[in-house]
Amino acid sequence: MDNNNKKAWLYLLPAVLFLAVFMVYPLIDVLVYSFEEGYNSASQTYLGIGAYNYSYVLHDPYFLQAMKNTFILVMITVPVSTMLALLISLGLSSIKPLRDLYQTIYFLPYVTNTLAVGLVFMILFKKTPYTDGLINLMLAWFGSAPVDFIDGPYPAKLFVLCFYTVWVVLPFKILILTSALASVNRDYYNAARVDGTSKFRIFCRITVPMISPMIFYLVITGFIGAFKAYSDAVALFGTDLNAAGMNTIVGYIYDMLYGDSGGYPSYASAAAVILFAIVLTITCINLLVSKKHVHY
Amino acid sequence: MKIVLQNLTKTFPSRNKKNRADVIAVNDCTFEIPDGRLIGLLGPSGCGKSTTLNLICGLLKPTSGKIYFGDDDVTTLAPEHRGVGLVFQNYALYPHMTVKQNIIFPLENLKGEKKLTKQQMEEHALETAKLVQIEELMERRPSELSGGQQQRVAIARALVKMPRVLLLDEPLSNLDARLRLQTREELRRIQKETGITTIFVTHDQDEAMSISDMIVVMNEGVVQQIGKPQDVYDNPVNLFVARFLGTPPINVFEGKIYGNTLYIGENAVLTTQGLSDMDVYVGIRPEGFIPEENGPFVCRLNRVEVTGRDSSVISTHTCSLNGTIRSIINSDCVINTETDTVRFSLKPHKVCLFHKETKERIYFSGNESTQRRQ
Amino acid sequence: MENHINYNNLQKNTKRRGTVYHIIVYTLLSVWALIVLFPFYWMILTSVKSYGSYNAEYIPAFFTLSPTLQNYFDAFTTVPLLRYLVNTLIFTLLTTGIMMVVITLAAFAFARLSFRGKDLVFTLFLSLMMIPNELVVITNFVTITDWGMRNSFLGLILPSITSVFYIYLLKENFAQIPDELYYAAKVDGTSDLRYLRRVMIPICKPTIVTVAILKVIECWNSYVWPRLITDNPNYYLVSNGIQEIRENGFGRENIPAMMAAVVVISVPLIVLFLIFRKKIMAGVSRGGTKG
Repeated sequence: MDNNNKKAWLYLLPAVLFLAVFMVYPLIDVLVYSFEEGYNSASQTYLGIGAYNYSYVLHDPYFLQAMKNTFILVMITVPVSTMLALLISLGLSSIKPLRDLYQTIYFLPYVTNTLAVGLVFMILFKKTPYTDGLINLMLAWFGSAPVDFIDGPYPAKLFVLCFYTVWVVLPFKILILTSALASVNRDYYNAARVDGTSKFRIFCRITVPMISPMIFYLVITGFIGAFKAYSDAVALFGTDLNAAGMNTIVGYIYDMLYGDSGGYPSYASAAAVILFAIVLTITCINLLVSKKHVHY
Repeated sequence: MKIVLQNLTKTFPSRNKKNRADVIAVNDCTFEIPDGRLIGLLGPSGCGKSTTLNLICGLLKPTSGKIYFGDDDVTTLAPEHRGVGLVFQNYALYPHMTVKQNIIFPLENLKGEKKLTKQQMEEHALETAKLVQIEELMERRPSELSGGQQQRVAIARALVKMPRVLLLDEPLSNLDARLRLQTREELRRIQKETGITTIFVTHDQDEAMSISDMIVVMNEGVVQQIGKPQDVYDNPVNLFVARFLGTPPINVFEGKIYGNTLYIGENAVLTTQGLSDMDVYVGIRPEGFIPEENGPFVCRLNRVEVTGRDSSVISTHTCSLNGTIRSIINSDCVINTETDTVRFSLKPHKVCLFHKETKERIYFSGNESTQRRQ
Repeated sequence: MENHINYNNLQKNTKRRGTVYHIIVYTLLSVWALIVLFPFYWMILTSVKSYGSYNAEYIPAFFTLSPTLQNYFDAFTTVPLLRYLVNTLIFTLLTTGIMMVVITLAAFAFARLSFRGKDLVFTLFLSLMMIPNELVVITNFVTITDWGMRNSFLGLILPSITSVFYIYLLKENFAQIPDELYYAAKVDGTSDLRYLRRVMIPICKPTIVTVAILKVIECWNSYVWPRLITDNPNYYLVSNGIQEIRENGFGRENIPAMMAAVVVISVPLIVLFLIFRKKIMAGVSRGGTKG
């Protein structure tokens, strides 16, 4: 028995070791950091313990801008992408020919490098002295004046960011919802058809309730993912997000840690803890709501 | 509502890449179901009985042929316009709705003149629930019900809109053995009370025989025989039907007719007037054996199983196609188990002859008593 | 007789509604398919336009009559694109390879061996799944810096070679193998490691391949950690490379060359996807997360 114990731990050793060093220890450490005031990374000393780091971060205009950007991004992309994914997967599951082709195409963004394709989006939306860009060309067809979506007004930049985020997250959602729809027993639909139920009623009364657990799963993971938005913004607006006014909370953390503002791990830690608290709260609310509305 | 199927055929495109020929699920089915009866659609799995049911309710469109409800041609009509109620094998109750919501659901779909008020719907639902005796379960969810109760809810949901035809797909197969007996009586009662033409699909011949007014036996997409259960049992038209109906199954032997006498192996078991000499299959129902000291049919005795009311004699014969021969005899008859042979004489009306190639029934003089009953 | 006409009308209506519905569905699906495909088309198109002709287009053209491969040549010569690709390949293969070994051993211990405190340890493992990467990345950055591993493959690889989620996925799969196989192997005197290698891994190969592919995708696209840990272009991965190219590469205006680079780093994953399409999609729907 004892021998068996040792052997089992031997198998687990690498995993446990790496998790301890790179997950458990940092988890404790980040809390410690966030309360160490005036930490100096060169001398590795600090002045005292307190909540100053939090207060600094919460008063930092860059952080507040990042919060605002992140919240708007979350509030727009999560509902939009979920609804769009639901519509598309409904469409997909109601057709037979070409279905595989559509599914394959829709999945493509999942396997592409966010940074690389973001560059393409930037070019499509950007207005330079040489060209208005393709999107502006299309807008001109409808008689609209050109807008610089990348360096221009805030709503335009926000629009591009939301659009690209939806483009990136949709493949996963479509895939999950399509397989959820496929797993609904055909008999429910047949039963409803025999009873003369209209398509819309089937959707509201049968389809949505039947896949509601998956919809809630997507909403929850969608919230978590959107709160961590970062590389999409970098792809569109470059690494200096603060200057572009398009920073996100995660972006703020990394900038604090390393980057243009230069190493402040204490501030970064405080911001990370704040982010974690926000995500945790939202997830708990989501879970409570879903308990109420998802049956069986 | 009388239902007529006319030359109904349904083929599916082949999924097998090597064999591109279409799969024929239902092949040229023609039969008529009289109004207000309970009909059992019977056959082994994959025989096309479920496809037939789906054609009748309109979930599938026939490749060719016609379906009439009364005088209306409903062949291409969408299911919702046919006025059918359908009960699924797994019941397909909506898990997120209560029993009441499930039953009311079909009523909420009605449009135009047929539209009901909330009050009327509730009344209809309660009425139907009473009919299937689930009125005290109305607020529960399907997951809180037993299999038998779910079954009743499914029937109530199918009946609530007063369908012209009630269709049930393997209604009893998801229930345990005891509940199955109980539920099939229940099914019979509900059908009698409502008088709705009811068709149910089953692979269990016992089930079909016990409650149907009429059974339709299918095999490989072809209707084999239609009739009252007892008639079909007594008088199968071919070897398939004979073997499919009856528990324990019919005993089949290779036999030969020679000089107006039926031989099984060396034993001259029956005289058969009016048949020319040929090879045949001989089917003998288990109850067709009479043990007799000097009986013409000599079998090798294995054992005797006494089960209260009657006993089974298990024996073998070189010409038997069943492996062992099972014969049911009155338990008063005493079989000497010391010897290793047992001798029988046969009841002629329990013996069926089948053509060796076509496997069709060959009638002989001894079958007259059953033929007359038809 | 009246009945018949009525039925015919009903039926025609149903049919017409069905056709209209299908036309709408196909149109909408195609619109989204276009939105998805268009950036890919645009990047390929731009990458074969010559520098001169691209900059001469005030109104972008939807096709080009004189495609050129010059941009691809530039992408490999002007900036160290090949180095980025090789770095990423090394990083991806090493990380995925080491991770597969580590998680297979751990999953085997959880699924097959019995030891004291197994349930507790497994629960702790699962609770780690909820920890967001953002929370631990700060300390990891400091740790790796302290160990002097910035700008090295070791520093890049170390923090990402365990995944609690994949251990969980694999353990579930391992646990489905009936115990009898294990006992039979034990009776034959097979060692645990041999049993793992000869029985469990072959049986669970589909899951293992799926996990490996998912990890490869993750590695190929990873950006945040490499960005923190490398500031020497010799160790840049493609994501950082593309960002570097964008900011200091060909000069801001050589967009066709930039697009050529984008095409080059996008192609490997797309090819991988097209080959393992079914596996990847099944794997992602079972356990992938993004967004």
